Amino acid sequence: MRGQARSLLADMPRLAVLGLIGLVMLSPYIWMVSASLKPLDELFRATLNLVPQTFHGHVNYGRVFAEVPVVRYILNGIIVCAGILAFQLAFAIPAGYAIAKLRFRGRDTLFAFVMLGLLVPAHVPALPLYVAFAQIGILNTYAALIAPFVSSVFAVFMFRQFFRSIPDDLINAARVDGMTEASIVWRVVLPNAWPAATAFAIFSVVAHWNDLFWPLIVVNGHSVATPALGILYFRTEEAGDDFGALMAAAVIMTTPLVAAFLLAQRRFIEGITMTGLKG
Amino acid sequence: MASPALSLTQPRPSLIHSEAAAAWLLSAPAIIAFALMVMIPTLAAIVFAFTDYELGSRVIRFIGWANFVELFEDRGFVASIRNTAFFVAVVTPVSLIGGLLIAMLIEAGTRGRAFFRAVYFLPVVSLMVAMATAFQYMYHPTIGPVNALLRQIGVAGPSWLGSSDWVMISLSIVGVWEQIGFNMVLFLAGLTAIPREIYAAAEVDGVRSPWARFWMVTWPLLGPTTLFVLTITMIRSLRVFDIVATLTQGGPNKASEVLLYTMYTEGFTFFRLGYSAAITLVFLIIVLVLMLVQTRILDKRVHYG
Amino acid sequence: MPGITLSNITKSFGDTVVLRGVDLSFAAGEFISLVGPSGCGKTTLLRIIAGLETCDLGTVVIDDADVTAKRAADRDIAFVFQNYALYPHLTVEQNMAVPLFMRRMNALERTGFIGRLMPGSRPKRAAIKAEVKAAADLLSIGHLLDRRPSQLSGGQRQRVALGRAIVRHPRAFLMDEPLSNLDAALRADMRRELVDLHRRVGVTTIYVTHDQAEAMTMSDRVAVMLGGVVQQFATPKAIYEQPANVEVAAFIGSPRINLIAVKADSRGSILWGGTRLIGEPSAAMTLGLRPEHLGVKPDGAASMVRHVEFLGPDVLVHAETVENGNALIVRFAPEAWSAFESHERLLLGPIGPVLLFDAQGRRVPSAASGRMSEPAVRAVG
Repeated sequence: MRGQARSLLADMPRLAVLGLIGLVMLSPYIWMVSASLKPLDELFRATLNLVPQTFHGHVNYGRVFAEVPVVRYILNGIIVCAGILAFQLAFAIPAGYAIAKLRFRGRDTLFAFVMLGLLVPAHVPALPLYVAFAQIGILNTYAALIAPFVSSVFAVFMFRQFFRSIPDDLINAARVDGMTEASIVWRVVLPNAWPAATAFAIFSVVAHWNDLFWPLIVVNGHSVATPALGILYFRTEEAGDDFGALMAAAVIMTTPLVAAFLLAQRRFIEGITMTGLKG
Repeated sequence: MASPALSLTQPRPSLIHSEAAAAWLLSAPAIIAFALMVMIPTLAAIVFAFTDYELGSRVIRFIGWANFVELFEDRGFVASIRNTAFFVAVVTPVSLIGGLLIAMLIEAGTRGRAFFRAVYFLPVVSLMVAMATAFQYMYHPTIGPVNALLRQIGVAGPSWLGSSDWVMISLSIVGVWEQIGFNMVLFLAGLTAIPREIYAAAEVDGVRSPWARFWMVTWPLLGPTTLFVLTITMIRSLRVFDIVATLTQGGPNKASEVLLYTMYTEGFTFFRLGYSAAITLVFLIIVLVLMLVQTRILDKRVHYG
Repeated sequence: MPGITLSNITKSFGDTVVLRGVDLSFAAGEFISLVGPSGCGKTTLLRIIAGLETCDLGTVVIDDADVTAKRAADRDIAFVFQNYALYPHLTVEQNMAVPLFMRRMNALERTGFIGRLMPGSRPKRAAIKAEVKAAADLLSIGHLLDRRPSQLSGGQRQRVALGRAIVRHPRAFLMDEPLSNLDAALRADMRRELVDLHRRVGVTTIYVTHDQAEAMTMSDRVAVMLGGVVQQFATPKAIYEQPANVEVAAFIGSPRINLIAVKADSRGSILWGGTRLIGEPSAAMTLGLRPEHLGVKPDGAASMVRHVEFLGPDVLVHAETVENGNALIVRFAPEAWSAFESHERLLLGPIGPVLLFDAQGRRVPSAASGRMSEPAVRAVG
């Protein structure tokens, strides 16, 4: 029967298939790390050895850290993602609560707009936003990287669904106790919003850490470049010559999120799929 | 329910007013941000699509459908549509079926669930640009491990990213690699939602083989999940950009040009913003049509109440 | 010999022993209940009979054939689940037809499009359709054949689950608390229908429930299970009047039997509430008195009335003996309602059979010496 514990022997075929395909899935990572430790001449020999014959890791990584403002990029990534997330939560939680729990005229129209917004892919507003930002002169700043994403209809939708599941009685009891609407949001609703907030946070951080499209459009140069952009720059400069260093750069830029994922696996998967399922 | 002087569920009129005021106050930031960052730009994009706006030009003229006509006569754009269609047509079924198979394999036993889940989900959280460069190394015709492996068994591997015959296939492989973990997790959730008792009932009814079990119980009950995965995967595939921007920049010779990359180059390399906006509009319409198809036609057949 | 025989069924889940060597034998056509509190192993036992679980030790024999090694699909039994387990994507008719399809048609014939074109397929399908209709009519759901389970009420879904079972004419029906998800009124109706159905169809039925009233009213014989062991397997009357031990006596019968701890003197004589019994010399024993077998007697045990419940056809008086604080429940006729008040003092004693249990809880025959005097107030029965 499904899911029953079987003897190790009976389980072998299944584990073997999963393991084999898993190995294929992991091969880019494996080769990436392996190449980052090898010297160029060994790379050019194109052997299938994973372990480098000459350990060149310190040179490759050293070069990356010397020439690429790694820390700067990662810092930028953190600033941008944190900034986006902070605004998204600050805007979406109250709005989601209002739509979920408060009664007012125009609520349904508002929600209809939320649903409409879900349909519009993020790439559509990109062009005009670029023009507008160019006019204002905020290109190549953190503001330009953060601003377009502060309105997340998806977050509003998610929090609205979540708040709907909070029993009305909890809020009515707070009203009877004499709390104002604002303090209800602050004292009663927010503490309860925590699980939804962390789920969304993971979704948002992953999405924006990985984003290449928008930074590519608004950023020029290294000062506010995000990790994604950073790798692209290094690659273009390299023009595909020093693969060892390029792989080292890739390893460095991928590590933060991967490490976070491995530490908090369950949270990550729940976050991305919970938001995915409701979307 | 009668309305006594103080009713918990129906606040007094003055309370309603303050409730409405509070609601609008709470929603105001989100509304303003939405209007500024989403609604107005989208409308602007739709308007731009019918103009000949170029960055830096002082005069904007309304040119009607001219952009669209030019689009569909442009060989590059047609190639772009074709390549994107190819990508979606390959990545969607492969990552869907693959995700389902992996999910079923993981679900079938108790050992190693968390481990395999992590392994397959890793690509979803990895920096795609970085992983694309890893694939660039792997796909390299002379020093890459893929061709090195093929050489060991006596096969001469092609130039995966440099040959116009192979480039979309190579990119599609990356696309599948990227998506399969996400679909797997969605299917895992769908599988665990199937009540165990239905499998027991099927057993008693005489459903013996695993294949019959799949057709009689698993597949029908996964209907809503499958539909969702299908839609999500198609839309995510449509949005392919990172791997093209990193690996091929649309080459060789537009052989890997895709919709969003064309939109990007027209808009930000050639600064033909009106033209690029027209591409954006085409993209938007395709997405809307896809979602419409999902909700109208397929959704009804798949939900059992 | 037709029927079902279980020998030494033993099952553990990890370190927990759920069934300890169960031996039972059912004759063909009997309606048997397995009753007991949650966790007593009755559902596990049922699933082992069905083949949905394997037992660690023991054998299951159905109609003279040892089926212990066979899987559920090969045992020719039907199972009705607590949550119905209907296929949500199929209509009622298709749900009921599944077992017939699986047994009579191979994989190719079953597919929708090609299957219809195969020779011999049409008469098979027609026959299946007719049998499904017959079973549906038997259960009064003939008009629901085109609906999906999500469009049915709980009671209707239960009937579909039953229909799926009877359409196969199996050797046995195994039912796992099929009525526990229905509301009380519906449950009572369905109980009657099930008994009626059993009479008409005549197939061996094994019925698992935690509701002792259900078990008692529906079955030919009842197996009371506690702690993974069959405590007693007998007709309802025998279980009620001659329970094998204290646990069975306490489990069966509502309101609960009154259990009074007593000590026999050196000659084995026990005196309580004006009645003398003979037990084991100098032993600590337990008296069992059903609420309807207690009444007001001049030589009864002094008790304080704590609480009076008016149920309609009965009055239940909750009292406490002054001497030992034994809690007693006494059943009176409704006319007695106005006669009792809280904190009133009553003298209570046996006015019917007294059960006697030894120190290990086993029932021993009790010789009541001395005639029992007439009760001061007439009790029920």
